[in-house]
Amino acid sequence: MAETYSLEMKRIVKRFGSVLASDHVDFACKPGEIHALLGENGAGKSTIMCMLSGVYRPTSGEIYIHGQKVRIRSPKEAARLGIGMVFQNFRLVQTLTAAENIVLGEKSAFWRGPNWMRRKQEEIAAIAERFGLAFPVDRPIWQLSVGEQQRVEIVKTLYRGAEFIILDEPTSVLTPGEAEQLFATLAQMKAEGKTVILTTHKLKEVMAVADRISVMRKGRMMQTIDRADTNEKALARLMVGKDIAPVARQRDRRPRGDVLLDVRHLDVYAEHGRKALDDLSFQVRAGEIVGVAGVAGNGQKELAEVLSGLLPWKKGSIVFNGKEFKTASVRAAIEAGISHVPENRMKSGLAGSLGAVDNLLAKTYRSPERSKYGFLLTGSNRRWSQQLVERFDVKTPSLDTPVGQLSGGNQQKLLLAREIDRQPLLMVAVHPTQGLDVGAAEGVHRLLNELRGASKSVLLISEDLDEIMQLSDRILVLYNGRIAAEIGREEADRETIGMYMAGLQRAKEEAV
Amino acid sequence: MEWFIQLAVAAIASGTPLLFATLGGILNERSGIIQLGAEGIMLMGAVTACMTYLHTGSFIASLLAVAGVGAALGLLHAFMCVTLRTNQVVSGLAMTLFGSGLSAYLGKSVAGTPIPGSVPKLDLPFLEPLPVIGDIFARLDVLTWFSFALVIVLHLLIHRTSWGLHLRAIGDNPATADVMGIRVQLLKYGYTVAGSMLIGLAGADLLLAYSPTWIEGMTAGRGWIAVALIIFARWNPLRALFCAYFFGVMDTIGFKIQLIGSSIPSYFLKMIPYVVTILVLMYLGWRNRNKPTGAPEALGIPYIREQRF
Repeated sequence: MAETYSLEMKRIVKRFGSVLASDHVDFACKPGEIHALLGENGAGKSTIMCMLSGVYRPTSGEIYIHGQKVRIRSPKEAARLGIGMVFQNFRLVQTLTAAENIVLGEKSAFWRGPNWMRRKQEEIAAIAERFGLAFPVDRPIWQLSVGEQQRVEIVKTLYRGAEFIILDEPTSVLTPGEAEQLFATLAQMKAEGKTVILTTHKLKEVMAVADRISVMRKGRMMQTIDRADTNEKALARLMVGKDIAPVARQRDRRPRGDVLLDVRHLDVYAEHGRKALDDLSFQVRAGEIVGVAGVAGNGQKELAEVLSGLLPWKKGSIVFNGKEFKTASVRAAIEAGISHVPENRMKSGLAGSLGAVDNLLAKTYRSPERSKYGFLLTGSNRRWSQQLVERFDVKTPSLDTPVGQLSGGNQQKLLLAREIDRQPLLMVAVHPTQGLDVGAAEGVHRLLNELRGASKSVLLISEDLDEIMQLSDRILVLYNGRIAAEIGREEADRETIGMYMAGLQRAKEEAV
Repeated sequence: MEWFIQLAVAAIASGTPLLFATLGGILNERSGIIQLGAEGIMLMGAVTACMTYLHTGSFIASLLAVAGVGAALGLLHAFMCVTLRTNQVVSGLAMTLFGSGLSAYLGKSVAGTPIPGSVPKLDLPFLEPLPVIGDIFARLDVLTWFSFALVIVLHLLIHRTSWGLHLRAIGDNPATADVMGIRVQLLKYGYTVAGSMLIGLAGADLLLAYSPTWIEGMTAGRGWIAVALIIFARWNPLRALFCAYFFGVMDTIGFKIQLIGSSIPSYFLKMIPYVVTILVLMYLGWRNRNKPTGAPEALGIPYIREQRF
């Protein structure tokens, strides 16, 4: 056999600033196979695929196609090398028709009158039919459903004659039926000799369609296995990692406090009418850290938004500190003592162009210590800010430096300073250490532990299982907007949690 | 019929500079770059045309000079918006203020001097015998005919060619265009320069064909009207034609009433086209409130390739 691998990536490293997104990754595909790249969110799958398709350039490492060393500097070069990518967020021009989107990159034919367009539409429809991908070719993209848009994307790569077709989380936007159809299409592509690479975090799909499976975790390639040689359980273990390092630290065992937050039968709908939380019930007691684990998109974001008053709920009740919330109100949540560390700190946590003082004031400016008769008490506010900045060890050139210029760690510390100084009863922290280096993450963990020590509660929503297992007293696993499992810290191990996260086990009715 | 012909001729004369400016702006904004510098670029075009014409007496030389000045200003705007990624609104306003000031300074020596001669006419004797059409179209100047041609050419370019497809793609979704191998930044430069050249030409047309004497600030807000017309026309060259002439009609009516010598203060009459513009804008906004505006989706948003999430 002339070549084993048609596409090879060797020792690929990619850094974004101080974050190492790919750590010496090796990856190889055989011609005419369906290769699944499996990993949790943030494991670095998309980064690897983006480097193959020329969107990112690797910091170091080599890529070989048919044994030839290549440099993929732009999407254009990737296309020339026969690599076509279907992005998770589709790359389609909404106002153009499906056919126009597909011929967009074509060089030939300056004049594109109705005749030319009709010819192309027929050509495209023929390809679409061959692979079982039906969509209206002459309609603008914004009129198509998400599933149809994905088909347009796939046909686009086929039309351009791609040999390697990369699909980034293709089923995350599809209904189960559409996903079935997609798998049939993938099989057809394979039959025609195309190499299909798909990234996913769904174990079932991997076992259903892939020939070979590569598992990534935290920017590193763990293993590449034939499907025949593995099973879902083994893959889950590889994906979330074995129970290694942070040995459950000895925890002070205290009687749990009173129920602080009582959520019952909560139904929440996200945008486009998708049911994000489905009959969700749980409690948080004073002085405990409750971890919420789960693969992204299973309702974590909505849970945090509901609790902080950003998102209304359809059914159910939220009782906090003995009082029931009637409607979603950010101000009511703040005044009741709920702090929120949002998922995207620069989007909904801090105002990047303002200095530390203004950002620290954002939630407390109404209090009598901060303002009188509607005027801010500038002098004392500055002194107060200075104290906070020192106490929380925020490194900033001055109190007036726009916080957008600070490092991620210092931004997060500033945000926590604001949220903790208010003496909240409950802190809802979403991915609080995302994008932080080890030192900064440890600082954040220490602060959360201190809150717990002061008999406050923390709802820790994170995709980092290590973080959750290290900090939480109890762990809730969210799957499809429901609590798939509730696990005490003593019983928690990565493997079990991983299985619940992947939806492989259903919750046994546990008495709380 | 006489009044209609007079109105049509006057409206075309008054609407043509606007048409050039609107077409230039459409080309500009289709590529995703907001063009609020129209007023300044038109003024620079007008003063350049005036000075070159008085100096050389050549119509062609004037237009070439205007195209050069328009291109230079477009290049500056593109550099600020594409390469430096400054706020496009601020950059556009700066172009307007800069153009107004510089044109006033440069034009000092020629202010008030009438241009001898005018734009060559393209007489079409075979149209003469036709009623109405002959009266309106038989004796138009070459710039007007050029503007007609330009409407059709731009319409076909945008909707019927690969270049147009690329242009629409970079204005709506530059990231996608980039992935498809289109050179986004280069095209944005190109269309901003081309659009600014047309806006400069609008100023030249205003001076050479419509009111052949340089006066400081002679565009009197026409650049801003062009900005509004781009929105009326929903970034479509064919609609731009109707919008520009509609404004021309309003402008002419205000002027005519003034000539009749009505008791309405002339200030109010001069307001007519602008007031009507506001009213039409409100009406169209209301009628099309459920439709897409037609605005390029990425208008005003700088494009950066390797941006993480």
